[in-house]
Amino acid sequence: MTTEMLHRIQFGLTISFHFIFPPMSLGVGLVLIIFGVKSVRTKDPKWRQLSMFWVKIYGLIFSMGIATGIVQEFQFGTNWAVYSRFVGNIFGSLLAAEGIFAFMLEGGFLGLMLFGGTKLGNKMWLFATTMVVAGATFSAVWIVMANSWMQTPQGYAIKDVGYGDQAFMTSFSDVMFTPSFGPRILHVTAASWMVGTSLVISVAAYYLLKKRHVELAKTMMRVALPIFTVLAVLQVVLFGANQAIEVTHQQPEKLAAMEGLYTSTTCAPMYIIGWTNPDTETTSGLSIPCLLSILSYQSPKAEVTGLQEFPKDEWANVNLVFQVYHLMINLGMLFIAIGAMACILWIWKRKLWDQRWMLWILVSSIVLTELATLSGWWTAEFGRQPWVVWQLLRTDGAQSPNVTFAQVAFSIGMFVILYALVFMMFISLLNQMIQKGPPPPEEEGASESLPDSFGEIFRHRSRVSSRDN
Amino acid sequence: MWLNTTWFVLYVAIIAGYVILDGFDLGVGMLSPFVARTDTEKRILLNSIGPVWDGNEVWLVLGGGALFAAFPLVYASLFSGFYTAMMLVLFVLILRTVAIEFRSKRESSRWRAMWDGVFFAASFGITLLLGVALGNVIQGVAVDQAGNMRLNLLDLLNPYAIAVGATAVAMLSLHGAIFLTQKVEGLLLDRVTKLIPKLMAVFFTLMTVLMAWTLLLNEEITTNYKVRLWIAIFPLLGLVAVLVSWRFLLKKQYLSAFIASACMIGLLLATVAAGMYPVLIPSSIDPDYDLTVINAASASQTLAVMLVIAVIGLPFVLMYTAGVYFFFRGKVSLDQESY
Repeated sequence: MTTEMLHRIQFGLTISFHFIFPPMSLGVGLVLIIFGVKSVRTKDPKWRQLSMFWVKIYGLIFSMGIATGIVQEFQFGTNWAVYSRFVGNIFGSLLAAEGIFAFMLEGGFLGLMLFGGTKLGNKMWLFATTMVVAGATFSAVWIVMANSWMQTPQGYAIKDVGYGDQAFMTSFSDVMFTPSFGPRILHVTAASWMVGTSLVISVAAYYLLKKRHVELAKTMMRVALPIFTVLAVLQVVLFGANQAIEVTHQQPEKLAAMEGLYTSTTCAPMYIIGWTNPDTETTSGLSIPCLLSILSYQSPKAEVTGLQEFPKDEWANVNLVFQVYHLMINLGMLFIAIGAMACILWIWKRKLWDQRWMLWILVSSIVLTELATLSGWWTAEFGRQPWVVWQLLRTDGAQSPNVTFAQVAFSIGMFVILYALVFMMFISLLNQMIQKGPPPPEEEGASESLPDSFGEIFRHRSRVSSRDN
Repeated sequence: MWLNTTWFVLYVAIIAGYVILDGFDLGVGMLSPFVARTDTEKRILLNSIGPVWDGNEVWLVLGGGALFAAFPLVYASLFSGFYTAMMLVLFVLILRTVAIEFRSKRESSRWRAMWDGVFFAASFGITLLLGVALGNVIQGVAVDQAGNMRLNLLDLLNPYAIAVGATAVAMLSLHGAIFLTQKVEGLLLDRVTKLIPKLMAVFFTLMTVLMAWTLLLNEEITTNYKVRLWIAIFPLLGLVAVLVSWRFLLKKQYLSAFIASACMIGLLLATVAAGMYPVLIPSSIDPDYDLTVINAASASQTLAVMLVIAVIGLPFVLMYTAGVYFFFRGKVSLDQESY
């Protein structure tokens, strides 16, 4: 085991753990905005009940995202000093922009969102919530932008001014809008919304199974299930396919690794399940003939480039990339099936609410969407190896030269213990919130005396300030 | 060159923003076992920072990002050089976040006592560790020609750095106490106001010792103060700010006292920064290896883009931060949404 490998393990562990939470909060945020809009429009107290219930869960998820996210912001410098010097001019500025435009917006309005329910009217609470969710979305945009530059770098010039090679920015717009950025941000945002809506679906299905809060559970399901199903379809036929085509053109050796394609092939097959053998450089399994050629080049006769066209020391770990990629694809197909089945039972047969087997499947959906999102991210990151910045900087050599094996081993140990404990407590608190359920409906007009516009907030000397001396 | 200097000033401002804002909530954490006795009192303290603490912590994240973008060589050298200390900072940051979030979600008194302990220890740990790190940066560390430093945790724990750490603990405890005067009432307020003179005496003594020590032993900073005499205005105004804060406290004008305390923190950081400029990290091996605002900075293209981003973004940040503080002004009362 080399120190470089330990650095990679630590980064992989901490980023994967972090990546459980932001997609969830992005998706739950979308649902909260829908609840908020409904509440403003209809004045039906159930929407405010649902908002106040889900905002608590949102707060818990969000705090996990913050706690684990700070680690990421610092870890480039601590563990990857050579990388940090190389990309600072470019990657650093995207990260700083994320801080100013995204994190500050989230952090600023989060307090109003979490604690504003009893102090703000419907409209102002919706405003605060929208600001937080906008901040979270900007954050996804900037970080995917930064990662996309590592996948398909452009707008730079490399010079050594005394501290090793550094990539200097030649065009900020080229750096921002690299070829992979558009397809990736669409794919990631859709995936995040699926994760969030599937959490809402899971909780709703659980309540229906336990016959608790039945009317509210049906309302949650009516909001989340259609979004989930539509996104599941779009994800496969549009966003996912679009991203695969982008990879084919920009990173052909990555696509070859994803499909375990060693030799260039016309009418290349796409595997459903399979296993790649690095010794014989072959892939075996169940496949659909010509599908890869059709998807990549929209023609069955097109030749898809195989790994053997590229130097062997520039290959990723083929079987690993193959497996995580196919896990994501198969789960994606499964989501279409689950969504479609649930919608058929609901709209056409009118008996979703008491189909226990279906509800149990829906309860499990959050675990599956999380797994699919993680394996998608792993595909992108494992598939980029052995490069940390595509064809510019190898991962081996980008680590901090002055950090020792023992130091990294110590920090990995601490992270594993800490994250395991925190995760167990997170699950137990989430479970406690779900068991406790939504708050009772507010009395009619309870929120009407609360300030509900900027004018009312700033003109009114509210009850808080009247005691301020 | 003017871009580098502008970013140096902006960077000090971001750090000051962090220390002033997150500083008071760290201070509240450090004070909690000493002023809050009952569960309700502990919750009042926690909720005094409840709606704002994580917005405050974002300034640290912004500090990390801005350092990465504006001075990537410092970001890489400092964080990898202080590896174990940085990891400890990250662990306590995580622990503190979950302590605030988890504490009141269970009724069990053992659960709550455990998280109260973590909240205190983590607040103390962050302040001390960041203070010690700053102490080492002021003093200089073994940066080699390639910009790397090879240190272990014990190298960082030298007397000067520990003195800076202790001063940071005293300063932020005082700042937190002054913040609390606006937020609590009754018995809690009595205890806080009784503690303030003691904290102020400790802080004032430590600060005086630290300044004398720095001037006696740190030639670079002493020379800089002799050459650019005008920068002596920062420590002098800092002293004025402490006295002003004290007068407002006596007159029970707590908001003004807090603003004076915030100014004092900003001025003290400016005192350090003005004494070090243009050096960011002095090398104890050879002054030629110093990381400065010139050799450690991004190229002007990046600095210019970042300046545009900061000029667009920061006014918004300040505006809504002020708005949120205004909305949550006044004494704390607990309701069903509280921690």
